[in-house]
Amino acid sequence: MTTSNYATERETTEGKVFTVTGGDWDQVVSGTDPINDERIVVNMGPQHPSTHGVLRLILELEGETVREARSVIGYLHTGIEKNLEYRNWVQGSTFVTRMDYLSPLFNETAYALAVEKLLGITDEVTERATTIRVLMMELNRISSHLVWLATTGMELGAINMMLYGFREREYILDIFETITGLRMNHAYVRPGGVAQDVPDEAIAKIRDFLKLMPKKLKEYEDLLSGQPIWIERTKNVAVLDVTACLALGVTGPVLRSAGLAWDLRKTMPYCGYETYEFDVPTHTDGDVWGRYLVRLAEIRESLKLVEQALDRLKPGPVMVADRKIAWPAQLAIGVDGMGNSLEHVAKIMGQSMESLIHHFKLVTEGFRVPPGQVYVGIESPRGELGVHAVSDGGTRPYRVHYREPSFVNLQALPAMAEGGLIADVIAGGASLDPVMGGCDR
Amino acid sequence: MTAPNDRNNDGGVPVPTTPAGASSTAPAEYPPASPAGRGMFGNQGSGDVSGFGGLVRQRKPIEEASRPYGGYFDEVRDALEEAYPAFGDAIEKVVVDRGELTLHVRPERIAEVCQVLRDDLALRFELCSSVSGVDYLGADERRLHVVYQLTSMTYRRRVRLEAAVSVEDPHLPSVTGVYPTADWQEREAYDMFGVVFDGHPSLTRILMPDDWEGHPQRKDYPLGGVPVEYKGAEIPPPDRRRSYQ
Repeated sequence: MTTSNYATERETTEGKVFTVTGGDWDQVVSGTDPINDERIVVNMGPQHPSTHGVLRLILELEGETVREARSVIGYLHTGIEKNLEYRNWVQGSTFVTRMDYLSPLFNETAYALAVEKLLGITDEVTERATTIRVLMMELNRISSHLVWLATTGMELGAINMMLYGFREREYILDIFETITGLRMNHAYVRPGGVAQDVPDEAIAKIRDFLKLMPKKLKEYEDLLSGQPIWIERTKNVAVLDVTACLALGVTGPVLRSAGLAWDLRKTMPYCGYETYEFDVPTHTDGDVWGRYLVRLAEIRESLKLVEQALDRLKPGPVMVADRKIAWPAQLAIGVDGMGNSLEHVAKIMGQSMESLIHHFKLVTEGFRVPPGQVYVGIESPRGELGVHAVSDGGTRPYRVHYREPSFVNLQALPAMAEGGLIADVIAGGASLDPVMGGCDR
Repeated sequence: MTAPNDRNNDGGVPVPTTPAGASSTAPAEYPPASPAGRGMFGNQGSGDVSGFGGLVRQRKPIEEASRPYGGYFDEVRDALEEAYPAFGDAIEKVVVDRGELTLHVRPERIAEVCQVLRDDLALRFELCSSVSGVDYLGADERRLHVVYQLTSMTYRRRVRLEAAVSVEDPHLPSVTGVYPTADWQEREAYDMFGVVFDGHPSLTRILMPDDWEGHPQRKDYPLGGVPVEYKGAEIPPPDRRRSYQ
């Protein structure tokens, strides 16, 4: 029998029994005097419905007022960055997509852009592939903001908003499924282009969605914008001004709600965003209300971008022409699901030994990436999503680091919560839109 | 139904011998790992004929860039040189690669350099986008590199700072005084690489549990295999698995 801080174990006839004591919680509690002390320490999370996943907040309360707040993270750490170092560069897409699970296509695109920059093929990525990336990212931005609206609505008491938000998000996930084969964790954007072309069926679905969404947006506004409870819970709550945002590294809608129109799509464009027509919505209050308005407006801008991207889709290849980088086979739906196209299988199995070798080497070993390091930043729904990728010249990443906006933005929570009411911790935390999968990686 | 051995005798079809571990309770045997951790194929040369694997992996030494660097890089360097008298002492190397500017900074000077980069009117790197670590095991004596990505919102520029420390003396000043946002990111670099940021308000682990030992992102951190509940077998750790290196 061993003793540990976290769980004691003992043998019984049924097997081993663990008694979980709750980590260092008793030490934290013993530091306070519950009878004479006005302050109590409340542990919010890691399992709490309104902390967006496994986020733990330690709050020191004086009555209803939060005197100190500390966030504890790491409960969802899965070592994705370390894992990447033991897979080849293409396989990396399947890992990074699982970081921030609400914006998988941003994770993939940032990774693909970094690998392409390392390879020096940024300019060779085809126009169609880039347009598809923009299209997918903007749809993803809408779905991510919808989840934000849905969960925040629920946390502040508007349960029906949750149902509506997830209902419309389902449309987008349907579109994603038609295009990539999966609702989440797509591994669709690959270094060099995208995994497969967009089917016509999906274009029709997106057009339908573009017609539907403005009506739904109006519905949300009718529901929330004039709602006295919603206004009470969001206006002048969890205020963070531009200075505080910059000091704490907060980017994305939170920074824009404070009044600084910093959007990497405009300020440091990538994927041809400089050629699209769209606005960067801002607000000046820097409170939860402002963030709500900014996100709603961003959904509208994304709809504009999706429409423009659709109009630009001209037939063409979706992968770079370089056969030493491009995936050897086009994917196709067969009787047993998605796989290499039958034509390709017939060719490598029946006609060309060299093609078979080429396919085998490229898939098992992967391509080599010249040594060096790059940093690529893109505007994800939560702010600057940066990828720092280092290659040593081999077929696997030497190091990939994600600058996750959820991770960086969460540092601002004490600044938003301290001195406010405990109920506003929820509103403030929700307005940061943290996704713990991305935060902990 | 005939036993396999009978069939072997009758039809002359060869039957492979029973693998070790299949008939007894003996643990399944694995081939020994090949020398130098090159995976279980143990192929030292290149056994392939496609031309892919025959390439020799070379690590080019990092080369100092020569003036003019191009773009805004010259302006950044000139402005920094003018605003920061100890430039010659603090900046070890200037590298321009793939359209990105990297300043290799002496570790003890990193906070000063950040301060100048943030405050000088001609530089104005207001945002510290990212702080991360890289372990150059075997390639650099000071193998732990801390990499800072700074962004100037005023001029829309980026610059990368890189400071290298050794495992024996992994200390460098914290930049949290200049960029409070570096707080968690420095904690992550400490957690994953064991770099100690002097002057950090509370340098504790952030992603790994508090009682964790070692720094998992270091290249010499031992990887674990996965035990399988089958005759004591174990899936070997990723760097020992069968793979093309």
